[in-house]
Amino acid sequence: MNYLETTKLTKYFGDTHAVDKVDFAIGEGEVVSLIGSNGAGKTSLVNLISGLLQPDSGRIVFRGEDVTNQSVQDRIKDGIARSFQIVNLFDELTVVDNVALSIFAREGKTRWFFTLADHYGAIWDEANDILHQFGLDLKAQQLAGGISQGERKLLDVAVAYALKPRLLFLDEPTSGVSTREKAPIMDVISSIVRSNRITAVVIEHDMDIIFKYSDRIVVMHQGLILASGTPEEIRSNESVKDAVFGPTHA
Amino acid sequence: MSAIALRPAALRSPLWILVWAVPIAALLGLAPWALDPYQTILLAYGLVMAIAVLGFNLLLGYTGLLSFGHSAYFGVGAYAVAFMVKYLHFQSMELFLLGTIVASIVVTFVFGYVCVRYTRIFFSILTLALSQVLWSLAFKFFWVTGGTDGLRVPTPKLLGVAFGEKEDKIQFLSHGYYYYVLAVFVVFVAVMWVIVHSPFGKALQAIRDNETRARFVGIRIRHYRLLAFLVSGVFTAIAGALWVPLNGLTTPDILYWPFSGEIVFMSVLGGFRNFTGPIVGAVVFNYLKTYAVGFTVYWQALLGIVLVVLVVALPTGIVGTAKLLAAAARRRFAQ
Repeated sequence: MNYLETTKLTKYFGDTHAVDKVDFAIGEGEVVSLIGSNGAGKTSLVNLISGLLQPDSGRIVFRGEDVTNQSVQDRIKDGIARSFQIVNLFDELTVVDNVALSIFAREGKTRWFFTLADHYGAIWDEANDILHQFGLDLKAQQLAGGISQGERKLLDVAVAYALKPRLLFLDEPTSGVSTREKAPIMDVISSIVRSNRITAVVIEHDMDIIFKYSDRIVVMHQGLILASGTPEEIRSNESVKDAVFGPTHA
Repeated sequence: MSAIALRPAALRSPLWILVWAVPIAALLGLAPWALDPYQTILLAYGLVMAIAVLGFNLLLGYTGLLSFGHSAYFGVGAYAVAFMVKYLHFQSMELFLLGTIVASIVVTFVFGYVCVRYTRIFFSILTLALSQVLWSLAFKFFWVTGGTDGLRVPTPKLLGVAFGEKEDKIQFLSHGYYYYVLAVFVVFVAVMWVIVHSPFGKALQAIRDNETRARFVGIRIRHYRLLAFLVSGVFTAIAGALWVPLNGLTTPDILYWPFSGEIVFMSVLGGFRNFTGPIVGAVVFNYLKTYAVGFTVYWQALLGIVLVVLVVALPTGIVGTAKLLAAAARRRFAQ
């Protein structure tokens, strides 16, 4: 049985078929990359599975349970978390507050308003431990709005990781950062994802990163899945070359 | 650096606030003996408004929702006391506060349920519109509310002790009642301090900063906004309940939209991005308005100019500016 499976998942925006009857599946522990040109439907597919968008039709089954009509909060409880293409952080909170807030929410403690947050020592220790794993421990007390773009990208993933997800969507985790920073960022993320056996779906445009870090690659084009296979299979697939890299791609 | 060393609990113990809160509370306690009765009563008005603005700022400063209708909850508190006096013949201030909490929860829940579905200008306009509904009810149902004549509220019993018939009312308001207001003020400031520094307070700040991300860490945005709205409304209503015995009368004016504007003004004056700003803003505004009214018949114009100067020159308010200046001074001293 697949860990996550969508059946004829569909989302139209007017005449645009953003996601067109997509059957997408992923096995437990896999790291799958979603690639495709701009407008191919990658982010829309992730938005549908994570609950940011509601599908027009189709089904989403996660670990054997139909989550199609579940709220975002219920999907998070089930273990689905995500980061964002455009970094979404709590800019006026500190870096450690950003991560701690995920842990407070995960533990159902954000409803408590008669205990000081600082009294939950175990939560702050866990938050700092996560920051240490992501190499952000020295930035812990800085405002999230005041750190570099590369650090913000890492923090965006750290906030999602603090939810202890089973399935993690990483929407362009290295977009907007310098070429030099991309590999170190992906090294950190990949190491954490694999060591915790988190099933991950990565949307990325940098082919070097995709071929290096993916177990499997799914290619989308105009709202449809064009191909799926190992990095080697995708690299040698002529239709993928034409659709994604263009006919002149070597 | 170890992870444990970075724990906020280790860096900023919540007890640090006592370093300056205790001396200020002690100074406020000395006010009836150091100031003349008129000044003390003015200060009592300021403390009452500080409770209201603290509540208001839970929405504006911590949740990112600008209410233009907080006169409604202040009015609910004031009229709840007046109705308890008129129809139930209650005299106890503690019962007034209890009744106000119940009344304000009911009204705030109904209004909040509608308002928190919206944000930005839509939220502001809805709060304004709903407050004007209450104002029109108080204005038109004069056989219940006294209309523009309002409802009189006699001096209440404090902790079961009745106001002596031979006692001077000014003396009562500037001493016994002042201390009662001060005690309630201290309790509500402490409660709000805990709330904004609790996990719930962090969640509100997260919603303010980034609603989408807050959803995607599992926070149910509307529930939290509604709870913040309830707490905010109860604080403002308690202020209304404490204000009536000081004023001796409640009229529909306190439900009218300019009063909501004054609450916004106080928050901006003190600085809404920090905890103490609304308290300072409320007390300063109270003196400012009192002296402006005595200084010129064009006092509204004077306050308007102050507001313009404030927004242009001191956008972080009195407390925000003081903090910036203190930080600059520390940097210079360190060099």
